[in-house]
Amino acid sequence: AGQDVGRSCILVSIAGKNVMLDCGMHMGYNDDRRFPDFSYITQNGRLTDFLDCVIISHFHLDHCGALPYFSEMVGYDGPIYMTHPTKAICPILLEDYRKITVDKKGETNFFTSQMIKDCMKKVVAVHLHQTVQVDEELEIKAYYAGHVLGAAMFQIKVGCESVVYTGDYNMTPDRHLGAAWIDKCRPDLLISESTYATTIRDSKRCRERDFLKKVHETVERGGKVLIPVFALGRAQELCILLETFWERMNLKAPIYFSTGLTEKANHYYKLFITWTNQKIRKTFVQRNMFEFKHIKAFDRAFADNPGPMVVFATPGMLHAGQSLQIFRKWAGNEKNMVIMPGYCVQGTVGHKILSGQRKLEMEGRQILEVKMQVEYMSFSAHADAKGIMQLIRQAEPRNVLLVHGEAKKMEFLKQKIEQEFHVNCYMPANGETTTIFTNPSIPVDISLGLLKRETAIGLLPDAKKPKLMHGTLIMKDNSFRLVSPEQALKELGLAEHQLRFTCRVHIQDPRKEHETVLRVYNHLKGVLKDYSVQHLPDGSITVESILIQATAHSEDQGTKVLLVSWTYQDEELGSYLTSLLKKGLPQSTA
Amino acid sequence: MAAHLKKRVYEEFTKVVQQQHEDLSAKKLRLTKPSKSAALHVDLCKATSPADALQYLLQFARKPVEVESVEGVVRILLEHYYKENDASVRLKIASLLGLLSKTAGFSPDCIMDDAINTLQNEKSHQVLAQLLDTLLVIGTKLTENPSVRMRLVEVACKHLTDSSHGVRNKCLQLIGCLGPVEKGVAKETESQAAKDVQKIIGDHFNDQDPRVRTAAIKAMLQLHERGLKLQQAIYSQACKLLADDYEQVRSAAVQLIWVLSQLYPESIVPIPSSNEEIRLVDDAFGKICHMVSDGSWVVRVQAAKLLGSMQQVSSHFLEQTLDKKLMSDLRRKRTAHERAKELYSSGEFSSGRKWGDDAPKEEIDTGAVNLIESGACGAFVHGLEDEMYEVRIAAVEALCMLAQSSPSFAEKCLDFLVDMFNDEIEEVRLQSIHTMRKISNNITLREDQLDTVLAVLEDSSRDIREALHELLCCTNVSTKEGIHLALVELLKNLTKYPTDRESIWKCLKFLGSRHPTLVLPLVPELLSTHPFFDTPEPDMDDPAYIAVLVLIFNAAKSCPTMPALFSDHTFRHYAYLRDSLSHLVPPLRLPGRKLLSSPVSPSITPHEDPSQQFLHQSLERVYNLQHLDPQGIQELLEFTIRDLQRLGELQSELAGMADFTATYLQCQLLLIKALQEKLWNVAAPLYLKQNALASAAAKQILEETYKMEFMYSGVESRQVVIIHHMRLQAKALQLIVTARTTRGVEPLFGMCEKFLQEVDSFQRCFISELPHMQGSFVDKLLDLMPRLVTSKPSEVVKILQTTLRQSTFLHLPLPEQLHRATANIIEPTGESDNPLRFTSGLVVALDVDATLEHVQDPQGTVKVQVLYPDGQAQIIHPKPADFRNPGPGRHRLITQVYLSHTAWTEPCQIEVRLLLAYNSNRSKASAKIPKSSWSESLEALPQSENGIEGTIPFSKPVKVYIMPKPARR
Repeated sequence: AGQDVGRSCILVSIAGKNVMLDCGMHMGYNDDRRFPDFSYITQNGRLTDFLDCVIISHFHLDHCGALPYFSEMVGYDGPIYMTHPTKAICPILLEDYRKITVDKKGETNFFTSQMIKDCMKKVVAVHLHQTVQVDEELEIKAYYAGHVLGAAMFQIKVGCESVVYTGDYNMTPDRHLGAAWIDKCRPDLLISESTYATTIRDSKRCRERDFLKKVHETVERGGKVLIPVFALGRAQELCILLETFWERMNLKAPIYFSTGLTEKANHYYKLFITWTNQKIRKTFVQRNMFEFKHIKAFDRAFADNPGPMVVFATPGMLHAGQSLQIFRKWAGNEKNMVIMPGYCVQGTVGHKILSGQRKLEMEGRQILEVKMQVEYMSFSAHADAKGIMQLIRQAEPRNVLLVHGEAKKMEFLKQKIEQEFHVNCYMPANGETTTIFTNPSIPVDISLGLLKRETAIGLLPDAKKPKLMHGTLIMKDNSFRLVSPEQALKELGLAEHQLRFTCRVHIQDPRKEHETVLRVYNHLKGVLKDYSVQHLPDGSITVESILIQATAHSEDQGTKVLLVSWTYQDEELGSYLTSLLKKGLPQSTA
Repeated sequence: MAAHLKKRVYEEFTKVVQQQHEDLSAKKLRLTKPSKSAALHVDLCKATSPADALQYLLQFARKPVEVESVEGVVRILLEHYYKENDASVRLKIASLLGLLSKTAGFSPDCIMDDAINTLQNEKSHQVLAQLLDTLLVIGTKLTENPSVRMRLVEVACKHLTDSSHGVRNKCLQLIGCLGPVEKGVAKETESQAAKDVQKIIGDHFNDQDPRVRTAAIKAMLQLHERGLKLQQAIYSQACKLLADDYEQVRSAAVQLIWVLSQLYPESIVPIPSSNEEIRLVDDAFGKICHMVSDGSWVVRVQAAKLLGSMQQVSSHFLEQTLDKKLMSDLRRKRTAHERAKELYSSGEFSSGRKWGDDAPKEEIDTGAVNLIESGACGAFVHGLEDEMYEVRIAAVEALCMLAQSSPSFAEKCLDFLVDMFNDEIEEVRLQSIHTMRKISNNITLREDQLDTVLAVLEDSSRDIREALHELLCCTNVSTKEGIHLALVELLKNLTKYPTDRESIWKCLKFLGSRHPTLVLPLVPELLSTHPFFDTPEPDMDDPAYIAVLVLIFNAAKSCPTMPALFSDHTFRHYAYLRDSLSHLVPPLRLPGRKLLSSPVSPSITPHEDPSQQFLHQSLERVYNLQHLDPQGIQELLEFTIRDLQRLGELQSELAGMADFTATYLQCQLLLIKALQEKLWNVAAPLYLKQNALASAAAKQILEETYKMEFMYSGVESRQVVIIHHMRLQAKALQLIVTARTTRGVEPLFGMCEKFLQEVDSFQRCFISELPHMQGSFVDKLLDLMPRLVTSKPSEVVKILQTTLRQSTFLHLPLPEQLHRATANIIEPTGESDNPLRFTSGLVVALDVDATLEHVQDPQGTVKVQVLYPDGQAQIIHPKPADFRNPGPGRHRLITQVYLSHTAWTEPCQIEVRLLLAYNSNRSKASAKIPKSSWSESLEALPQSENGIEGTIPFSKPVKVYIMPKPARR
């Protein structure tokens, strides 16, 4: 999905682990290009050996369409992760897709129903915010993403390196789903979709209000409303919208929903209440919002019924099927209305009527005059530019990578992201690899005793400042431990070596040895107030554990030699002492 | 059976427990201090293991300790504390110390030193935290003592370096609660340790533990609450905390920023990364706005709420909150709101049918687009679209508050509020409608907005519709099409929901009187009159037609040219409606007809002044003529009462005042009448007739005084005194009557004593008012008090009698505003002839809908009474949620009453009425504090001994025809 929409498939190598994110198909192609090129992963050998896991973000075909092909025909046996609703709805869509390609278009060499089933057996379902341990190091965690039922963002974590993949997400809540949410997980990389990289949308309320008003007016006039939709996603949102509106306004006109796919899907919508928004979650005890009171299944015969009605029919672009049939029946009456809730591809009837064409040529040279009103409403569930920025702000990633969008638009967003957050932003094209350098922190185990001892020495533990500690680092079996030297020695079975530094300092002092010692003692005592300076009976001085002895120089009696000896541990103090003594004794004491 | 048995068991069981309890309390009274503490001591010594000791302590904690023995107990606990090795036991002791020092009447300064000493040797963090908590309790009890506080703060500072978050938490809390607030005092007593508390707390803003950070901010807020002026330097620190990882910290930081922005609104802060500077309040506003899009909804709610109270923000910033630049493919797009506005101003009617109507127009400079602005951009747009309805409600409330203070902002936020009318959650819709009503003085609705508003009229929820009617009552509409639209929609509403009749009529009344000029051109169309043809006369009983007439008549009131457009039947209908719906139809000056039909009409609308003057004059008259002969006084009173009652009927504004005074005079009249009897002078016992008259009078006066005290809102303490005084007189009268009728002396003793107690409590309650009561009954009585206390009952009665007769009658000062609580049961109407049939033994729900006016705290006081024909009465407490508050001083009770009865042979009528419950102990001031019903029931128990609880019926009873059928077998 690099710099284009559709065929989402991203490979991530993180700390030696390979993860494939999404496995989608491209709607626009009918040849090999519709599926991702899996030869990127490996030329020969099984994919299972190269991939640790596959993660599917949601059930749209551009995110999961190639899955059976990938797992059954190319061959992959490893785990596939998706959320529960996705796992439930995905096979329905795949089956539908297969039917259209094989049965309608007559293609061979396509995956079969059995393959879809086999593929689904490899799927591991995950819950929201559940941390799944794929293997010992790799763990993934799902976050709520809005968009469609069961859509999730995934955090992939190996050690301390992490990547967040958003899939498609929506930052504004709608009638049936909530808004995407992520905690401050500070991933090294955030891979975000950018479908609406250059758009800031108007408030959804205006859209909803317009929609309802138009439907309401038409129904009151006694007209019929046709809403061509795709089976899943927006259709449910619009259903809820109309259902609640009917409920509130006590309207009686019937609403129909063309059957088929949708019924099954609606069933899952009823089931996965936890994935929906606050309102539905709160009220489902009284009544499940998806158990429509006013919306009934549509029958072909109903289209000729007199009186007002609202019909949701598939497909969404009016290019074939039921929606087109109904459209042809109703187009002649100016009381009726058709509302296009989404984008229409050029060449479809939907596109034609939206662009203002009033006379359509149907097959069989029929001319259909369109007298009904044609409306366009945009209901889309992707995050807009502001939403993307908001997500970045929430997650605080160190790098951002944009996918699933158009290059030109990405460019703008990239520039914005770099400007606002001062993080690097990448936008690789298909087949391009981006390498991101992380600054991994390496965790080290430390024994409690050592930690307590070391923290007790210094001042207050300060959260933000690094702290110096003494200890021995043991690197063994791929793990790091910080222990006290004694313990390290014990563990390794080594004897302790004493390392002593000795140093001679010459001092010009004509007096007797013990007097010199005394002077040195007094001097040190004056300077080193914080340390215990002791004068031992055998004529030596100790500062902590440092030993100082004075002897007269064998040749010159006026020069005294001070022998300073310290162990390795006292290096700091020892060298300080030597430099102190080298400066000589203060004259005032003389 | 089993259940019954079980019940028995429980009953017996509880009985036993009670006896034990009595024993204990009896013993407790006799227990002396040492023995009590000794018991504990013995217990603790007996304890062999820490677990045992803990058990003893737990048991001990369940019993209350008397004030005298607290100190002894504390000593023992401390002694044990030093010996104890187990941390959990020490913890319990520490918490007990805190509990004990809370004991009322105990001054904990004696144990403070010990508590501080224990701190020094304590190793366990938990115990330390608990000890600090105890110190906090001690400190809060000794707040007046600055040296104690200083000392505790020092202790807390010392422990701030502890490694456990719990201890640091408590330390900060302690500093927050006890830190020196007054700068001057702090300087005097300043030792080296007690530095600037703010700095100490501020240092912990970046503690490593989020709980400690939160505690630090909370402590800072606590200091602020206690009156310390926080330093401005904290602001930058707090701003950093807004980016904290933990939601509690962020939430607290938002509060702190808000506090600072209120303290230093005008000071200037620099904007980082540029050299500009802005006002602090603006900066803070921007930052809080930013938090409206926070990840945690708790923070979002907090931020949205606080935004509403930031009134000093400059309008430039304020308007940004509603601004969200739209773009599509990098080209600027107009919002739907802008488009709607443009359509409106260009005079074109909504097209919107073309594809690409909203196609983006101008290119925008990529550099200029700021996707996440540092400022307040679009905060409300986000807030209103939030996923959680709590946030949305908070945002709507904030919008309301800001819009009330800034008319220009109100104008701008209108579109957004209108949008909220379509929210999926009813509460939000309702809230936004209420908000709109509150700011409606500042705004005029455009036609397209009105359209959206009116669309909501079809909502199936009654609350929403009624709120909307209220809103329409006070909306300004700009065009005559708007008025027409509103009328059409309201009529639609009327046909769909006929129960809304009253509310819609009222709404149209205000709509008409607000926009007379806009209604004028619509009149011919509305009345469907024709210049040449006579149109059929509309049906007079059609609610829709009445609605139209209400609109027109109210508009006609201030538009004299309008009646010329009326047809004949309209005038007839006017006369009819003026009589039948006089509250909706104003008096009109109708050309030609006015002199004939209603010569009174001009005099019905007199100025307010004369009637008020009349009220005062009549009262003056009464008060001045004190030395008239008894007969004269009586007559005068009677006349005045009659005048006042009539005045109340005529003048609704003065009704409360007139009724109130009339009631008072009535009481006075009754008293005079009762005392007038010649027979008082006879020494012999009164015979039955006089007895009946006087005691009935006393009883009635008592009743009336309760009504006066509790049924009127706006009664001040001055009036309360006089009411109580009147009551006292009535009681005296009662006493005299009983004294004269009963033969024995025994019962009199009790009564006298009670009366004297009452006089005493009167004196205590109203000591400040006594000087105003020269020459009154109480005044004289208090003079005679020493004599009264010592004398015999018969003598007391005699004294009372003379004082009662000699006392002058008190001038009742009138408060500014006085309203009588009234209730009107709208439903059931009581007109139905079809009995409500139900099977006996089962229940039937009766919908009750009533409006209450000028009732304070209706949740606590209003009850529904159902009277069955067999004399059985049932009192129902409606749920608090059944009361709606549509406007100031008005309440609406919509509830269901469950009826049940055994079978009747014939349908019969039951009576439903509303009662106002009162409790004579609860003075007016305390009644204003809303109490939840359950807590009240707890508190009421001890009070009820000397307080009199009762109910006043304050609505007309409504009869409901019901018929419980015998159950079929």
